[in-house]
Amino acid sequence: MQDKTKLTPDDFITEAAPGVARHDVQAVARRKATAATVAAVDAGPGKIALAGRQHVYPKKAKGRYRNIKSAILVLTLGIYYLLPWIRWDRGPGLPSQAFLLDFEHQRLYFGPIEIWAQEFYYITGLLVISALGLFLVTSVAGRVWCGYACPQTVWTDMMVAVERFWQGDRNVHMRRDAGPWTFDKIWRKAATHTSWILISLATGGAFVFYFRDAPTLATELMTGTAPSVAYAFLGIFAFTTYLLGGIAREQVCIYMCPWPRIQGAMLDRNSLLVSYRAAIGEPRGPHKRGDTWDNRGDCVDCKACVAVCPVGIDIRNGAQLECIQCALCIDACNEIMDKVGRPRGLIDYTTEHNLASATAGPRDGLKLLRARTLLYSGVIALICALMTWSLLSRSDLDISVLADRNPQFVTLSDGSVRNGYTIKIVNKTDEVRQVRIKVSGIKGIVTSMVGLDGADPVIEVPVADVRAVKLFVTLPRESRSELSSTSTPLDITVADTTTGVNSARRTSFHSP
Amino acid sequence: MASEKHFDEVTGTHTTGHVWDGDLRELNKPLPKWWLYVLYVCILWSIAYWILYPAWPSLTDYSKGYLGYSQRAEVANDIAVAKAAQEKYRQGIANTALADIPKNPELMQFALAGGAALFGDNCSGCHGRGAQGSVGYPNLNDDDWMWGGALDNIHKTISFGIRNGNEQAHSTAMPRFGLDGALEPAVINDVASYVRSTGGLEADKDAATRGAAVFAEQCSVCHGEDGKGNQELGAPNLADSIWLYGNSQKDVVTSITTGRGGIMPAWDGRLDPVSVKMLTVYVHSLGGGK
Repeated sequence: MQDKTKLTPDDFITEAAPGVARHDVQAVARRKATAATVAAVDAGPGKIALAGRQHVYPKKAKGRYRNIKSAILVLTLGIYYLLPWIRWDRGPGLPSQAFLLDFEHQRLYFGPIEIWAQEFYYITGLLVISALGLFLVTSVAGRVWCGYACPQTVWTDMMVAVERFWQGDRNVHMRRDAGPWTFDKIWRKAATHTSWILISLATGGAFVFYFRDAPTLATELMTGTAPSVAYAFLGIFAFTTYLLGGIAREQVCIYMCPWPRIQGAMLDRNSLLVSYRAAIGEPRGPHKRGDTWDNRGDCVDCKACVAVCPVGIDIRNGAQLECIQCALCIDACNEIMDKVGRPRGLIDYTTEHNLASATAGPRDGLKLLRARTLLYSGVIALICALMTWSLLSRSDLDISVLADRNPQFVTLSDGSVRNGYTIKIVNKTDEVRQVRIKVSGIKGIVTSMVGLDGADPVIEVPVADVRAVKLFVTLPRESRSELSSTSTPLDITVADTTTGVNSARRTSFHSP
Repeated sequence: MASEKHFDEVTGTHTTGHVWDGDLRELNKPLPKWWLYVLYVCILWSIAYWILYPAWPSLTDYSKGYLGYSQRAEVANDIAVAKAAQEKYRQGIANTALADIPKNPELMQFALAGGAALFGDNCSGCHGRGAQGSVGYPNLNDDDWMWGGALDNIHKTISFGIRNGNEQAHSTAMPRFGLDGALEPAVINDVASYVRSTGGLEADKDAATRGAAVFAEQCSVCHGEDGKGNQELGAPNLADSIWLYGNSQKDVVTSITTGRGGIMPAWDGRLDPVSVKMLTVYVHSLGGGK
């Protein structure tokens, strides 16, 4: 037995086929479970089984899916870090940040779209669309979200890339980790963690820029004059990025995230899943030059698929909870198949339906249009249409009418009946507006407004603001015959005196 | 129950040994160690919390914590900050004549908001949350005022109240015509019929005619010959549609017999002058202010 500190690459790999290294690796999840369970059973009944974490050293994959993942990484992180810096001119007094969640003033800005607090249902709509979109892609192609776009995956991918840069790819990294704490090892680890912390700080920093004018906040952060809540959230996000992306990685997906448990409900026999096609792979075994490929499978048992797996499983064991469907095992296997001269696609996106057949290709008889996908798409299209219609038809002058409920009506000394209403007039433009309130629906009514002279006063509403007006509507005794019941419909219209833009609400006039 | 150890080939996991329905077994899946460590960290966190923050009760007191944190102090501080922010407006109201407050939109907005809160805390017990009143407690939304509905009148009524013993309170009261034996029950019934007729309600014409003579003699001094009342004396208008104690024959008879006469506390001294001013403006704004 060699000294542990003097391991060579040969200790980790042998040959699976000519020119194809065989990785001495067992799927982490399986090995861990087995060992720990044995320990627990040995400990006696009633003891809790505890699994120590097996570090996953994912090998760098090369191929189409790795390229797609890298492109998405650059795209999503680019959007995340740069979006707050895009400017948008909205005129004086209003923020010039294109994408701003201004909680302080209860306004959300998305480029030309401005959402006020009372319109928060648009955000609900966005969340519903996001959830349904997640259901749709999952029913079509499994955990595409987990594998490519989830922040946990994207940041982990970046952290792993940084780790590789400082500490080398799988084999070098493993060998150094198994060795003693030399200066070489220490500075490489230190560099890795330093880089991670810097990335984490940048992540937390970018997050707070979404909530306050970015250039202003950047200056404030540097000079120590930013609001304490900005530092708190920067700290929280920096810490969680470092912890979850750098340290915890696949543990988050396996033990913390509820999505793997939910997604099972969205998959069916026609969903495209990253799968090992056992029908053409088995029986597996090493292949020597000149050996026949008859009566055996294409799998040379090189375990390249296990070596690249970021969650440490063996895809050949079938669909597993841990699998985030990142498709890196497809890249790894295709590379090997090219080397041994067998067709690509031993591991591929395929359906459960095709896996059951010995002759079917990975995507034969693919049914994208199924009741499930059509339903999700239909509901998404419906909500998108509703939101677009609602956004396009919303007015920059809006009112809400709140009828007094306590008391609902007041009888005056001359026997007339009076109702009170609070009318909130919302001016979403960047100009002061002059409006008039018109009340109609019952003959003979007399109106007056608290603090305003005359029956039909001109009301000024400040820039991008709300003004509340108290309106009294009185029905003289002699006109009470106009009322058909104790609650009669009443229409209140607020109209701009110059442009004629108006907003109307129907309310009720209450009487004894 | 726990009978034999079983190894599940498919998952590569041992079972707990529990068996239900003959073949249903529970996998003994291991918990990650860090999960347990998180529990330990939480325990350490709680110990640190006990030391830093108030945590343990004793019979008469509680542990104050190293940081000396107190929610009560925090609230007191918040209130002080809010009060300081209000000071500018309160000063403005103190220095502005009642009649001029509605002319200043900023002060008016503050007075109405503050007045509404003060009303809810101090007045709604009798007058109702919406100042709608109830039998015996006037509705402050309408235009019928016993002691006057101008800002100054309302200010005086709130400041000193009604029949509460305060020197400056409204103190005139209606005689107890029935209880003190001044009028016979039959006569009171006649007067009630007349009063109802002045208010536009249907009444026995003969009784009303008889009652009119008694009214002119006994009641018109305060309520006026036409029954329209006198706000100097707090004598209500009997010729309108508003009836504080109800408008049935029985209600009116009871009013004449017992004299009624509600009581309102004086708020001068209980509330500071600025608060009384804000309440006045608020009540005046409810719709009936003169």
